[in-house]
Amino acid sequence: MTSREKILNQVRQNKPVAIPLPQNITFATVTEPERLPAFVKSFTSAGGVVSIVPDFTTIGQELQVLFDQPERVMNTIPAVGYGLAPTDAIAQGHILANLEVAVVTGSLGVAENGAIWVSVENIPTRVLPFICEHLVLVLPQSKIVGTMHEAYAILPKSFPDYGVFIAGPSRTADIEQSLVIGAHGPKRAHVFILENE
Amino acid sequence: MHNEHIIPTDHATAAEVFLQDEERANWHDKALWFIREKRDVATKQIPDWELLRETASQIKQNVLGNLDNYLEQFEQNALQNGIKVHWAADAAEHNQIVLNIIQQHGIQKLVKSKSMLTEECHLNDYLLENGIDVIDTDLGERVVQLAKEPPSHIVLPCIHKRKEEVGELFHIHLGTEKGASDPAYLTEAARQHLREKFLTSDLAITGVNFAIAETGGFVVCTNEGNADMGAHLAKVHIACMGIEKIIPKAENLGVFLRLLARSATGQPITTYSSHFHRPAKGQEMHLVLVDNGRSVQLGRKDFYNSLKCIRCGACINTCPVYRRSGGHSYHYAISGPIGAILAPNMDMRKNADLPFASTLCGSCTNVCPVKIDIHNQLYKWRQVLGEEGYVPATKKQSMKAMGSLLANPTLYRIAGKSGRTMMRLLPGLANNKAMNPWAKQRDMPAPPKESFRDWYLKNKKQHD
Ligand code: SF4
Repeated sequence: MTSREKILNQVRQNKPVAIPLPQNITFATVTEPERLPAFVKSFTSAGGVVSIVPDFTTIGQELQVLFDQPERVMNTIPAVGYGLAPTDAIAQGHILANLEVAVVTGSLGVAENGAIWVSVENIPTRVLPFICEHLVLVLPQSKIVGTMHEAYAILPKSFPDYGVFIAGPSRTADIEQSLVIGAHGPKRAHVFILENE
Repeated sequence: MHNEHIIPTDHATAAEVFLQDEERANWHDKALWFIREKRDVATKQIPDWELLRETASQIKQNVLGNLDNYLEQFEQNALQNGIKVHWAADAAEHNQIVLNIIQQHGIQKLVKSKSMLTEECHLNDYLLENGIDVIDTDLGERVVQLAKEPPSHIVLPCIHKRKEEVGELFHIHLGTEKGASDPAYLTEAARQHLREKFLTSDLAITGVNFAIAETGGFVVCTNEGNADMGAHLAKVHIACMGIEKIIPKAENLGVFLRLLARSATGQPITTYSSHFHRPAKGQEMHLVLVDNGRSVQLGRKDFYNSLKCIRCGACINTCPVYRRSGGHSYHYAISGPIGAILAPNMDMRKNADLPFASTLCGSCTNVCPVKIDIHNQLYKWRQVLGEEGYVPATKKQSMKAMGSLLANPTLYRIAGKSGRTMMRLLPGLANNKAMNPWAKQRDMPAPPKESFRDWYLKNKKQHD
């Protein structure tokens, strides 16, 4: 008997009584007018930075002030108009080892916890939002939902090959519980929320 | 690296050693209670907290009752996604499978993010014996790895270490300045040290927080980003999970991700919740499903609830015994109350002392996000271990006495009175370290002159 059969047989024999899967439970949500302020509060409490801007061009202008040379910035959103666009899909993320800034689209935001969904559809290689020193996310305000339940209701049932909720800069508190921003991933997470998109 | 020989076998004895360093013990106690308080604040911000817990518990009950079907469904979908699925009946088979994959690729060095399952299987030791260099990349895990110790907590692996000790370890191994102990400085040193490892490792091992039957994908949660740095830069990704980590649908993640980080550290969500469904182009993705005693625990009607655990650590942070005894006292990969109900399933003889490392105060049960009746299970393990003959004689006697006391209200009242009288007249007796192991290293509280019951009856009469 293979281990697979052995495990499945023993599970079959020993499993407790099944109960139905809870379905269609309604959880309280964050109401529409509260979503933006709630999102801003969550993201900033996690150590992130939030700017609310009217359009893509403003993001480009602000990036220019923050990072004076465009070659420091890998920009995946043409409308932002600042930084260098990745030419092709990047086969080896290793070449990004010294990347300073990445500008990436967030396709969904969650008000209750400040999480932003980023998937392979928006990045040329999976490691991009982790390996850069500063992560810049761009999120239309209309894409902010109240809770995680609403987020999963919107995400496609056939998931992208890889996707991640990002809620701030990377962090650790492993040494004596003192919070340090910038563990292995970005030291800064900055989200630009587009008001009019 | 698991140094069995430095771990004392009996929890109470090990706790005694831990408590000798009073300053550390006090710090440990306070640090964990602080996290418990952060958890409380976070849960109060969710109006549906209790509904979430109940729902999570029911989802897990549904999972355990259909586990064979969900496992098959998950396997089928994962295979379709291009993930290679392996089944391991026990720790040895798990380690063998992982080693085979490593050797097939001729790999010598790998990075690993946090996985309590691989701790349970002692994978690091096994790989080292086979000439493979394993680098733990979670900061806390790297610290204990350099110290040649196992993690002392499932979420906070080096919570037992002071920053000066981390500084000394980093000075020796990473070349940081002697005497430097600033957490920001040490974290930056680890970042640079581990970044080099990420960039030069062809294989990454990660744990799994949730595996979704319906979609054949899995979710890994970290704050540091180490699981992603490892997995995305490696040619081969191996994810290892216990069979109980399955959930039916992606929408169930809404429930679990809302509960997990709030219960663990008081954060509303971990910084990264990564959803892996298909390998990247040119990459190989493996998933190892491990039983290692879980299917046996599933059949223990008093204990199968323990398989609902999502490893948040809340029961550990709140436990008054854990906080004042340290994780290593539990001599099992998973410490604290949850470890104490999982460990006897693996080895009753070796772990017979663990269900006794509890005051049965029930705080663990109160905080558990999936509503495991942890303290009841600890109590029940004591009975089972007693019946099976694994309980030390002294514990057996007091258990019997306790049992008959609780069963007899009159006797209980008398015992209460005489207990108080005895403690007032002979406080040295209750504090006698030979007779009462829990009196060691601490003074018993002064006994009240009047029990609550006496007080209540007196006051009730006045008001009647
Ligand atoms: S038993 Fe409950 S509280 Fe303890 S780690 Fe598991 S899920 Fe968390």
